[in-house]
Amino acid sequence: MQHDVIIIGGGLVGMTLALALDAHGVTSAVVDAADLGATTTSEFDGRVSAIASASARMFRAIGLGGVLDKHGGAIDGIRVTDGLSPLNLHFDAAEGDAGPLGWMVENRLLRTALLEAQAKAAGLTLHAPARAVVERTKAGVTATLGDGTVLGAPLVVAADGRRSALREAAGIRASRWTYPNVALVTMIEHADEHGGVAAEIFYPSGPFAVLPMRDPHRSAIVWTVDEGDAPGYLKLGPRGLSAEIARATGGYLGDLQVIAPPSSYPLSFHHAGSYVAERLALIGDAAHGIHPIAGQGLNMGLRDVAALTEVLVDAVRTGLDLGAPAVLDRYDRWRRVDNMAVAAATDTLNQLFALKGRAPAAVRRLGLAAVERIAPLKRRFMAEARGETGDRPKLLLGELV
Amino acid sequence: MESKESPAASATTDPREAAFFGGLASDWWDPKGSSAMLHRINPLRLGYIREACVDRWGLDRRARAVLSGRRALDVGCGAGLLTEPLSRMGAAVTGIDAAAENIAAAQAHAGALPIVYRSIAVEALAREGATYDLITCLEVIEHVADRPAFFAALRTLLAPDGLFVFSTPNRTPLSYATLIVGAERVLRSIPRGAHDWSKFVQPDELTAELADAGLTVTGVQGMTWRPGTGFVLGRDVSVNYFGTAIPT
Ligand SMILES: Cc1cc2nc3c(=O)[nH]c(=O)nc-3n(C[C@H](O)[C@H](O)[C@H](O)COP(=O)(O)OP(=O)(O)OC[C@H]3O[C@@H](n4cnc5c(N)ncnc54)[C@H](O)[C@@H]3O)c2cc1C
Repeated sequence: MQHDVIIIGGGLVGMTLALALDAHGVTSAVVDAADLGATTTSEFDGRVSAIASASARMFRAIGLGGVLDKHGGAIDGIRVTDGLSPLNLHFDAAEGDAGPLGWMVENRLLRTALLEAQAKAAGLTLHAPARAVVERTKAGVTATLGDGTVLGAPLVVAADGRRSALREAAGIRASRWTYPNVALVTMIEHADEHGGVAAEIFYPSGPFAVLPMRDPHRSAIVWTVDEGDAPGYLKLGPRGLSAEIARATGGYLGDLQVIAPPSSYPLSFHHAGSYVAERLALIGDAAHGIHPIAGQGLNMGLRDVAALTEVLVDAVRTGLDLGAPAVLDRYDRWRRVDNMAVAAATDTLNQLFALKGRAPAAVRRLGLAAVERIAPLKRRFMAEARGETGDRPKLLLGELV
Repeated sequence: MESKESPAASATTDPREAAFFGGLASDWWDPKGSSAMLHRINPLRLGYIREACVDRWGLDRRARAVLSGRRALDVGCGAGLLTEPLSRMGAAVTGIDAAAENIAAAQAHAGALPIVYRSIAVEALAREGATYDLITCLEVIEHVADRPAFFAALRTLLAPDGLFVFSTPNRTPLSYATLIVGAERVLRSIPRGAHDWSKFVQPDELTAELADAGLTVTGVQGMTWRPGTGFVLGRDVSVNYFGTAIPT
């Protein structure tokens, strides 16, 4: 069966690409090793994602706005503090007039919305659970599934996550390192309303993020702790953990309880040296993974989706071979440098906040105070949070290509 | 049969140059081969052609096969780098080239695409009486020996509401430095000896020659290379330029 594109990996990024392409009449086959129906349960993925406003505009443009309207919690402000010091940096959506900075949505609800849209998408075929043997040649790509089905296309997209087998097979090197931290993820219910404000509280072990859910009395917690401390926290039990979280927040949400079993994720950084190879393009975590300090991991992947969709739609409409180097190079140029900048900034931020001692703390406070006072700098940070920096693909402006 | 006509029978194509390009035919489709430069500018030039067609005929700019139902002629088609995309854009395309070897390579590569390839000169084709909605003639004009005869033939081949799209290097010191010294000799991204700078045409000269043939130029844009971005279209016509023309 011949398609415009074969996508390996139907996670949040791969499936969004398939739907964005379908919205432009570009056909695809998505192959995922997992049973995607099972990925919509909270046991599989209890995480919550911040969908930056630019990513949200793309969702709306391709008909996925419903999940934000029905389930999304609007982020109207972000407050960044150095520990519990009273000095803070506040980003307020009301300072611009472009609506919320982003939306908090549970990953499982995003997955459900993507699968529902997939079922209705005419130009999209899903093969899951299935594994493919992918062969890339000068002439084209074939993907042979376990049941003998052979898929053909001029291009294969690797959306197969951080341990991308396609990336490895293409011999693309990724620079990588691991952080000596893990992220603890859970959900809390609190007496006081969060007011749509996301809090990023920086501790020496890393950021402690409180993310406002749709229910004004619920927030998601992403807590970066030292690797060695994680098992201890996980064993605490709901009461002990609630007490620790209350202490870390400084009590600004009133009484609180943990309402979901905590899970932990190791943190690492990786960035592929190239996003393209012969008839191959990498997107999402297959291309890059950053510290979740700024909630940008998925958003970087969604920006890849927007750029690659524009590149491929332009190519289809001008009759080009979708796997031609001139087509793929445009995507690589467009996204790799931009992502490198985000990755570097995130890493720097993390390093800066991880430094112990009084001098770094002074620098951080000075930095926070400076950003707070210097309007252009602050606007720049806001734009970053919204996902509005760089040369933006049309989808991130809310327009179809 | 016209398609058996030998390249030498054409009055307007320099036979030495035709032989030179024929020798390159098998290499045409290798994106890293001697036509690497054409592969790299192809997205830009196809985008330009598409825009021009959308504007000329008020087409749906989001349509996948925007040229459906239109007849197109690609003059100097080589091995079909532009012809195949025009076919996928929906046009019923005829690709012609003076070098029979190019036509053979193009036919071999076309696969199932319904393209008509012929080794025939435009003057001979014009005598057959068919007309085309779109005529493309990219990086060809600078190789033509008798331009007035060539343009007159194109005018005959163009339908009354048709569109002619051309591109060609300008004749400036910068184009000499870029194309002859830089691209051919230093970078070797264009085959050495592919161009004769003295035959390059300046935009105003070309506009006047086309006017003499009954074709009105409706727009000219320059193509330049920018570090970090690659090839872009703009006002700078000092190296290479694209243009559109319609029957006067
Ligand atoms: C603790 C934590 C918190 C985070 N918080 C945020 C946040 O708030 N905001 C944000 O933007 N980002 C966040 N991120 C990052 C975000 O989760 C990821 O960037 C995003 O989910 C990546 O999606 P993906 O589709 O590229 O990869 P994945 O979600 O890894 O999907 C890969 C898919 O490919 C399939 N697959 C793998 N190998 C194969 C194969 N060989 N054949 C077939 N299929 C295969 C898998 O089954 C899977 O479905 C966070 C990450 C962590 C760890």
